[in-house]
Amino acid sequence: MDPQEQSQVTRRLLSVKNIILVLSGKGGVGKSSVTTQLALSLYDSSPTTRVGILDVDLTGPSIPRMLGVNDHGVHQSTSGWVPVYADGATTRLASMSVGFLLKNKGDSVVWRGPKKNGMIRQFLSDVRWGDLDYLIIDTPPGTSDEHLSLMEHLAGLHSRLSAVVVTTPQAVALMDAIKCVSFTRAVNLPVLGLIENMSGYVCPCCGEISNVFSVGGGEEMARKENLRFLGSLPVDTELVGLLDAESDVPDVLSDNQESFPLLRRYNATPSAKIFKGIVKNILDALANVTAGP
Amino acid sequence: MIAVQKPSAVPDPLSVPADAPEHCPGTESDLAGKSDACAGCSNQEICASGATKQPDPALPFINDRMKNVKRKILILSGKGGVGKSTFTAQLGWAFAADDNTQTGIMDVDICGPSIPLILGIASEQVHSSSSGWSPVYVQDNLGVMSVGFMLPSSRDAIMWRGPKKNGLISQFLKDVDWGDLDYLLVDTPPGTSDEHLSIVQYLKESGIDGAVLITTPQEVALQDVRREIDFCRKVGIRVLGLVENMSGFVCPSCKTESQIFKPFTGGAKRLAEEMGVELLGAVPLDPRIGKSADYGVSFLDEYPDSPATAAYIGIIVRIKEILGD
Repeated sequence: MDPQEQSQVTRRLLSVKNIILVLSGKGGVGKSSVTTQLALSLYDSSPTTRVGILDVDLTGPSIPRMLGVNDHGVHQSTSGWVPVYADGATTRLASMSVGFLLKNKGDSVVWRGPKKNGMIRQFLSDVRWGDLDYLIIDTPPGTSDEHLSLMEHLAGLHSRLSAVVVTTPQAVALMDAIKCVSFTRAVNLPVLGLIENMSGYVCPCCGEISNVFSVGGGEEMARKENLRFLGSLPVDTELVGLLDAESDVPDVLSDNQESFPLLRRYNATPSAKIFKGIVKNILDALANVTAGP
Repeated sequence: MIAVQKPSAVPDPLSVPADAPEHCPGTESDLAGKSDACAGCSNQEICASGATKQPDPALPFINDRMKNVKRKILILSGKGGVGKSTFTAQLGWAFAADDNTQTGIMDVDICGPSIPLILGIASEQVHSSSSGWSPVYVQDNLGVMSVGFMLPSSRDAIMWRGPKKNGLISQFLKDVDWGDLDYLLVDTPPGTSDEHLSIVQYLKESGIDGAVLITTPQEVALQDVRREIDFCRKVGIRVLGLVENMSGFVCPSCKTESQIFKPFTGGAKRLAEEMGVELLGAVPLDPRIGKSADYGVSFLDEYPDSPATAAYIGIIVRIKEILGD
């Protein structure tokens, strides 16, 4: 394509190798927590992997809190907005969210579609992402303005796009997840696979596993819809606590030199181990997608 | 895509046309047609003429329909998946338990309608008559309207931008033959965007009695509720109170209660104090609630002895008290 004809977004994101959208029809199934885990796991997969997280949930941004960078702001530079680096000076984990732009964390962003569309375009074209191996995009629930805007703006980079669908096992969530898969087919977006979140909860007292939100629905759906099943994640209260924490709470274990305590603490959770398997499946699927025509 | 016959013409979307430029000030703004962003917009002339600042043509019809509705209650939550639809359904069933109370449930979650499935009427269709679209009745005195009834298949995704969603919401209020209602419960999607603004604007004149906010105990959900309370204050909706859902889980094997979503920051209780709203109650996490929703049966009727049922009933009684009914 003639560079003159490329959109600003395309030009900016040419330095990004893979763009992965995290989708789910329903809210509260763990898109943001899966996004965070995916980013941390990819980050940890090699000492040079560079990962970006873009939070396009404009009216309910959760990513800043989960990365423990809630109080950070965005700076302007001559080459664009500087993303917030969750790993401090190492600058291998960049993140951008409308949460960084709010003066007061309790402020509501009450925007209709066109304004959301404008913000998303700016996030894609004006942020100085730099060279990234993966840009993971956390989306709001549904199949509406944000999703259509993303597909529109990223049209020039279609060959690098793929999606991961997250669901919980109960029928109400699965129904929305199927709608979401219909959406990906309608816009011709390759789906790397399905993750079942919150499948089972281990009682801290007796170790009994309860299926709080039923179980197995995700795997069943993946089979019926002919999607790769990436794995299931049980409810992990340690992870909930880790992602909920105010920000980097100083703890005695860490020496002062440590630049990224979140990663160390994440790797200690039971979820981190399970997620390694999921990431392996995602990378396999990604290799298939990019190897395709 | 919509299966309803004889749809009445979709009214002009309330604020921003589908083909609006990015920084459209909104057609009702004083700057409409005059701001820099308006240059080149195909609607500039209409906006500049002031015609768009007239009240929405659907409003008189909406006000007319809503005259017969005594109480209008919104169910909101900043975050998704905290149990808005489940709570709406339980509230609907509880109101309708009294044979003399007419209740309606309107599902304005256009992209992810869960209400039909939770109420066990997922395969129903909407019929239209000379007096409007008839709601689907769960029982004699509980009518429901949702976009879920209009899709040829539950697999279909609705990929609509804001203005189309707003058009449908206005039709739900204007064209649905709700009849005389004691309560109209409006189940909303997560967030603070088109659907929320539209419902508030359309119902401004007929009056919203208040909003019930649902949350779960973890901070990630609470921060979204803070935004939702801010939204309610901005648009002038009374917050009836806050419900903490999924608070605590009783292991079916050893009966020990543990917190799945730990309230590391004090949970809904502290948020309620901080924001000066009432905490209506806390509903424990019971796997049977989700099961009941999947099968479309009323949890309150199926498990009347569960602690969650007691919590639900306490909250519902309190809502009635606050409303003075």
